[in-house]
Amino acid sequence: MTTGDFANWAGAIADIGPIYPFVGMEVPLVIAGVIFWIAWHIRMIRQESGKLEEDKQKAAQ
Amino acid sequence: MSDQLSSLVTIFTEFYYWLTVVLMFFIHVGFCLYEVAASRHKNHLHTLMKNTMLIPLVTITFFFFGWWIYFAFPNGPGIIGGLVAAPHAVPWSDVMGAHMGGGADLENGWARINGVFWAAFLLFSWTAASIVSGSVIERITSGGFWILAVAIGSVFWIIDASWGWHAEGWMVQLLGYHDAYASGVIHAIAGGFALGVLVVLGPRIGKFAADGTPRNINPRNPWLVAIGLFMIYTGFWGFYVACNVPMWDVQSGDGVFYSATNIYLAPTTLSAITFNFLMSLAGGLLAGYWVSKGDAFWTYSSGLAGIIAASAGNDLYHPIQAMFIAIVGVIVMYKMHYWVERRFKVDDAVGAVAVHGYAGFFGVVVAGFMLWGYPSSPNPDYAAINPLGQFIGAVIMFGVLGFLPGWVIAKIIHACGFLRIPREVEIAGLDTANNAELEAEAQAVAAAERN
Repeated sequence: MTTGDFANWAGAIADIGPIYPFVGMEVPLVIAGVIFWIAWHIRMIRQESGKLEEDKQKAAQ
Repeated sequence: MSDQLSSLVTIFTEFYYWLTVVLMFFIHVGFCLYEVAASRHKNHLHTLMKNTMLIPLVTITFFFFGWWIYFAFPNGPGIIGGLVAAPHAVPWSDVMGAHMGGGADLENGWARINGVFWAAFLLFSWTAASIVSGSVIERITSGGFWILAVAIGSVFWIIDASWGWHAEGWMVQLLGYHDAYASGVIHAIAGGFALGVLVVLGPRIGKFAADGTPRNINPRNPWLVAIGLFMIYTGFWGFYVACNVPMWDVQSGDGVFYSATNIYLAPTTLSAITFNFLMSLAGGLLAGYWVSKGDAFWTYSSGLAGIIAASAGNDLYHPIQAMFIAIVGVIVMYKMHYWVERRFKVDDAVGAVAVHGYAGFFGVVVAGFMLWGYPSSPNPDYAAINPLGQFIGAVIMFGVLGFLPGWVIAKIIHACGFLRIPREVEIAGLDTANNAELEAEAQAVAAAERN
């Protein structure tokens, strides 16, 4: 059992292509990555807005 | 990879670009130090984190779409001409990962060099975003800036690279555009983008007197400015070397002649760019010390501006030409900085628009006169280098792909209400609340230690 496209280095190395696991899952990985990236921006903007509002109240006191 | 000579060429090329990436990392370390040094104590941490986080954001977006843009967009003018297939650069390609090369039906050994070549361009992307970062410190939100960083770092600069910094870019073909070490494609565009953002963002509170007279908000830590800019100089060596292709057969027709080339695959040598890098650095420093009357901040920045002013043609200039171009470029950018500041009330906190934008624009235009009639490419069908083509190129870099997108995106973020921090927080300082919490925690620990 292997998660990669090859089980050992004994064959012709020149025939080996990608050596990362789960070859064929690239598109779902990209989709997941893009969703994470956009979600990160949204989350951080909300977090920062809340923090700035809090700091504004403190500064006004 | 089955014979020793071709393997050596491939592995040397991999190592060559890998090394440039490590060197260019110093640029970003330098930018972080420099920005923190230029900010006031009350904003240090915010300034540092705002810049630092552009690294992961531009990295992942350059993986998702930036690298593909470079290879897909060389046809033109503008966006006319259709996309070019770039199977090795789409993020789901199996050569966008660990790959031994087997079964990859791709030209030029992309399976082996894709990662290091991608990374070299990525480090240029960080630089473009970091240039903008310095100019907007102490009043922009981090969230707003990060959107702008992705736009300049993973979209607009790489479009301009595809147009004018690509062996088959339409600007090279039609305009004879020549910008070997990126006066325009990195520096002018980033400076123009920064200016577009600054116009919307506005100056820091206290920067201008009621009658409009500008006040200097001087760097808090001149020593850190010096270290930061020395590190940027160091990283710039890697930047220059990364702009070359290390080994290429440049002989057209019969015969073979291997040489280093510029990005347009035209011959140059590492010696040529080493002469010119150092002479333009020297010219910039000498002129900066002169015009700023020995001001440390402007002298160091002028060293950088001198290199930038000569970079467009530093593959071909004589070293003394590079020095004089740097001198004139520094005088132009220094005078322009203060004129724009007074005339338009633009608060560019670190002079990035001047050092990168004006010096880069100047460098592209000057190359058109200095290298008038030189071939822009080994392809004899392409236009030769000429002043009009370079001027149009500089306008595209600074204005069309720089200032305009910066201004539009900043306007949109501003309309959404999260471009600028609240006035009260700006006056108190972005770190003040955080610093108070840290102090309270330290006091609590100290009290516990005493008991």
